[in-house]
Parts: sequence; C-alpha cells; structure tokens
Amino acid sequence: MQHYLAQRLLLSVPVVLGVTVIVFAILFLTPGDPVRSMAGDRASEARVQEIRVQLGLDRPWPVQYLRWLGRAVQGDLGISIAAKRPVTELISEQLPFTLRLTLTALSIGTLLGVLLGVVAAVKHNTWVDRLITFTSLFWFSMPNFWLGLMLILVFGLWLRWTPISGARGSAALILPALTMALPQMGSLARLVRTEMLEVLHDEYIRTAHAKGVHPVWVFYRHALRNALIPVAVLIFLGLPWLLGGAIVIETIFAWPGMGRLMYQALTQKDFPVVQGLLLLIALATVLTNLLGDFVTALLDPRIEAA
Amino acid sequence: MTTSELPSTTLEPRPPVQTQKAAPLSLGRRGQFQVERQRLYRHRLAMVGLSGVLLLIAAALLAPWLAPYPFAEQHLDFIRVPPGAQFFFGTDSLGRDIFSRLLYGARMALLVGIVVVAIETVVGVLLGMAAGYFRGYTDLAINMVSDMVWAFPPLVLVLGVVAAVGPGLFNAAVALALTSWAPFTRVTRAKVLSLRQRDFVQASVAIGSGHGRILWRHILPNLVPTNLVLMMLALPSALLTASALSFLGFGVQPPAADWGAMLNEGRPYLQEAPWIATFPGLAILLTVVCFNLLGDGVRDAFDPR
Repeated sequence: MQHYLAQRLLLSVPVVLGVTVIVFAILFLTPGDPVRSMAGDRASEARVQEIRVQLGLDRPWPVQYLRWLGRAVQGDLGISIAAKRPVTELISEQLPFTLRLTLTALSIGTLLGVLLGVVAAVKHNTWVDRLITFTSLFWFSMPNFWLGLMLILVFGLWLRWTPISGARGSAALILPALTMALPQMGSLARLVRTEMLEVLHDEYIRTAHAKGVHPVWVFYRHALRNALIPVAVLIFLGLPWLLGGAIVIETIFAWPGMGRLMYQALTQKDFPVVQGLLLLIALATVLTNLLGDFVTALLDPRIEAA
Repeated sequence: MTTSELPSTTLEPRPPVQTQKAAPLSLGRRGQFQVERQRLYRHRLAMVGLSGVLLLIAAALLAPWLAPYPFAEQHLDFIRVPPGAQFFFGTDSLGRDIFSRLLYGARMALLVGIVVVAIETVVGVLLGMAAGYFRGYTDLAINMVSDMVWAFPPLVLVLGVVAAVGPGLFNAAVALALTSWAPFTRVTRAKVLSLRQRDFVQASVAIGSGHGRILWRHILPNLVPTNLVLMMLALPSALLTASALSFLGFGVQPPAADWGAMLNEGRPYLQEAPWIATFPGLAILLTVVCFNLLGDGVRDAFDPR
C-alpha cells in the first residue's frame, strides 16, 4: 500500500505542473494584445506599458512562466487590474463567504440526498422508489441559474420571506444555499440508491440474513456502512466542483464570495484574478483527489492489488 | 424486513423477439442490440423521455413553420406583454415573441449539445483506445493529461478559456468539449484493457493482424454500447453547462435565440415581467429531464440489474 501511495504522490507532481501551465497559457489565448484588452480602450500608452512591465509581459514567455510560478509558490498571485490590490488579499477576503455557502449547501444536500437514496433502495421497485427516482432526476436536471431566479421570484419578490441578495444576516443564506443544495441532493440520491442496491445484492448481506442477524442490524451495520464509504469519498471529491456552481449562484444572489469575484474578473478581463482563482481551484481539486485516494486505500484493503 | 423482501437479483426474462418492423430509433445495424432495444421500448419513463426528445427535434426542425413570428422581429408597441392569445408566452423587452424564440432556441440547444458531445466522444474514445491498447508510457501520458483537465470543475476552465478567446457559440462549444472528454477516456481505457485479453482479440493478434485492424475491427465495435450510454448522459450535462455559459453572457450572443441568453435578458425584469425568464428556464429543465430519462433508459437497457 505504501508503494501505491508513493506512486500516486509522485504522479501528481507533473499533474500539478501541467495545471499551472494550463492556467498560465490562458492569457495567451486572448486574440490581440492581452494587456491592452485588460487595460481597457481608453487607457493611455503609459498605463499599458506599466501593466506590461508589472505583469512581466515584456519578457519571453518561458521566463514569464517561471517568474509567475515562482511568485505563485510564495503566495504572490499578482495584482488585480480592476481592484489594484493583491489577488491573494482579494481571494482570502471572499473565501470565507464561499465556504459558508458551499458547506451549508453541502450539509443540506447530503442529508436529504442520502436519506432519499437509502429509502429508495430499501423500497426498491415500489412506488416510493419510483417517486424518489423521478424526483431526484428532476432536481439533478435543474439548471441552477433558473432555480435561483425562481426562488428569488417566489420567496423574495412575491412572498417577501427572504432577502434576495447580499450576505447580511443568516436569512440571506437560505436561497443561495437551497439553489446549490437541491440539484446536489438529486445527484446524490441517485448515487446513494445505486450504491445501496449494489451492496444489498452482495453475498455477505445474504449470508448475514441467512445466519439470522436481525434485519435492522444487517441494514445499519452491514449494508449502510459499506454503501456510504464510496459516497463519502465522492462527496469529498466533489467539494471543489461546487465552486463551479458558486460562480453562477453567487452572481445571481450578489453573494460576496469567490464565485462572484471570478465572474467579475472574467467580465472585466482581470486576468491575474482569473488565473489566481483557476490555480487555487485546480490545486484544491488535485489535493482532494489525492486525499480521496489515500482515504479509500486506508478504508478498502483490496486497493493494494491495483 | 425479511430476506424474501429483498429485491431479487435475477434478470427479467428476455422479451420474445417480435416480428414487427423495427422502430425508427436506430442504435446500430440490422439486428444489432435487438434485446436492448426491446428492453428500452418497455421502459416507460424512457419512452416519456424519448417522446420529449422527439418533440424537441420536431420543434427545432419545424421552427420556421410553427413559430407565429420571426424570432428577431420586434413588436415595439408590445413590449413585455404578458402571455395571452396574441403572444402565447408574452414578449420580451424588445417586443419579441417569446414562444417563437423558444422554438428557435431548440435549434441552438440541439446544435450545441450534438456538437459538444460529438467532439468529446471522438477525442475521449481515441485517447482512451490509445491508452488502453498501447499501455506503458502512452497510457501514463494520456492519464496525466486527463488528470490535468479534470482538475478544473466544469464551467470553471471553460469560462476562463472563453473569457480569453472571446464569447460566442463556436468558442463556447469547442471549449466545453475540450474540457469534458475525460470520462470517455477513462471508460474506454478500462474497457479496452479488458477487451485486449479476450480470445477474439488474441486470435487476431496470433494470425498477424496489425494494430490498426485490431483496434478498428475488433475493439472499436465493442466500445459502442458503453460510449453510447455515456453520450446519452453527457448530452444533458453539456446542455446545462452551455446554457449556464450563455446565461453568464459568454455563450451564444444576444440577437440569436438561445434559452440561456433569453434567461439572462429576462433577469432584470424578474419582478415586472417574470415570464421572460420563466419560460426559457422551463424549456431547459424539460429538455434536460427528457434527455436524462432517455439516457437512464438506455443505460438500464444495456446494463440491467
């Protein structure tokens, strides 16, 4: 197993480097002069030159990349063109808001999703199962941007139960968290149902029943536990992916987090911020993947064979 | 709960092969996937999904004849008119008929979905075949590249690329496809790894077939079912991401009729004219639900529990 873990760790080094190259290369996809489009149409020649030197874009690109990477490693992601402040500072200001939103949504989504999935699996092939299966497909198919607008319309504008934007007070968290949680609940319920059905069909469950273990005990001790291991790992792995959804949801609800920062940076072509956020999210994904593999390997002794 | 209540694992008996003419859904050559096809036809929810998808295709093809007005025509005396007899789903802030725009939007949705899925399937399957067949360093390199691309959540990298290259239908579709082929590669690779151990492949190797012949004649045909299922499930998610892109203003650009872009246009008038944002979103939701129902049906047909 140590061999496996060492191998995984070693393989993630080139992946991380590749990710940094992708993030860095995005700047060069811009047609024309990226600096000029960042500075805006009315910027003076001196300002354009200032940004160029500030970003080090007057040098050949391998030098630029290494310099950028060297600074990024030290936590210096450059200066935002729009806000004229360090990117690291901007991100660390907004990160807590995004974490509050995603973790709240994740808790709601996980709780409901696991519950629905388990019930559907236990009631396999009954109307309950069919109802839950269809409901979860419905929420799984939901475009989150539309769900957000409809929630604002009904609960914010018509019923006036909740605030519709900003992050003031805990009531403001309700709608964005639901917008993020409900589709997640759908996909999780589908996953849990499949995993549970697979486990319930396993031989050791039949053995447990045959040797007379109490059905409730079989369910909790044998089935649920084993089914939820991969589910837990997948939830953990999906954590950085929630940030993709955060871009849309935070923009709709004017939630002052990383997602909205990303959206603003994208529309303003504020590439240092875009690159910083991309890098952070990608590194978080690689790291969670690695941790997920480690945890799976620790929990499941069969991995060693692989 | 007793043991007898546990769901049985036995497969349903295969349906008798009926002599009636095969329905128009062609999943392969004559007689291929007969059993799966029959199984799919008896899947009630999948048939609901299929009907919805066919309806969508009809709407897309017949849009010029079904739409009461041209999609870009501005009725300046009828700005933000609520749904009614003259304009079924109301008009938007330029006085354009929302119902007509929805019909034309079906074209955009199908176009984006098909283009994205086609590109990601070709890229993903080719890379997966190379990785699984040649193994060694090829496998390692392809694995790493797919890990790199996979490190970015959907939408995140696409947004970065599109913001740099510039918004638009073509850019969005290509960026979307080039960032989401990894699942096809993983599944294909795993399948090829097991296929190359099978007797018919080994036999072909033994009689001296070249790599090209083995991959094309023996491996590729056996990859169809798995990838077909994956394609059916990739299409709705491509649709969702593409509409999110358009909603954020990085996808299909305004004069064109696109559901995501229409939603974006309706956002400022959510209170006074909620129908502008409501109907396009409903169209996206229903389309994705139908594709997912069909996709689930196809998956169950190929992989019955």
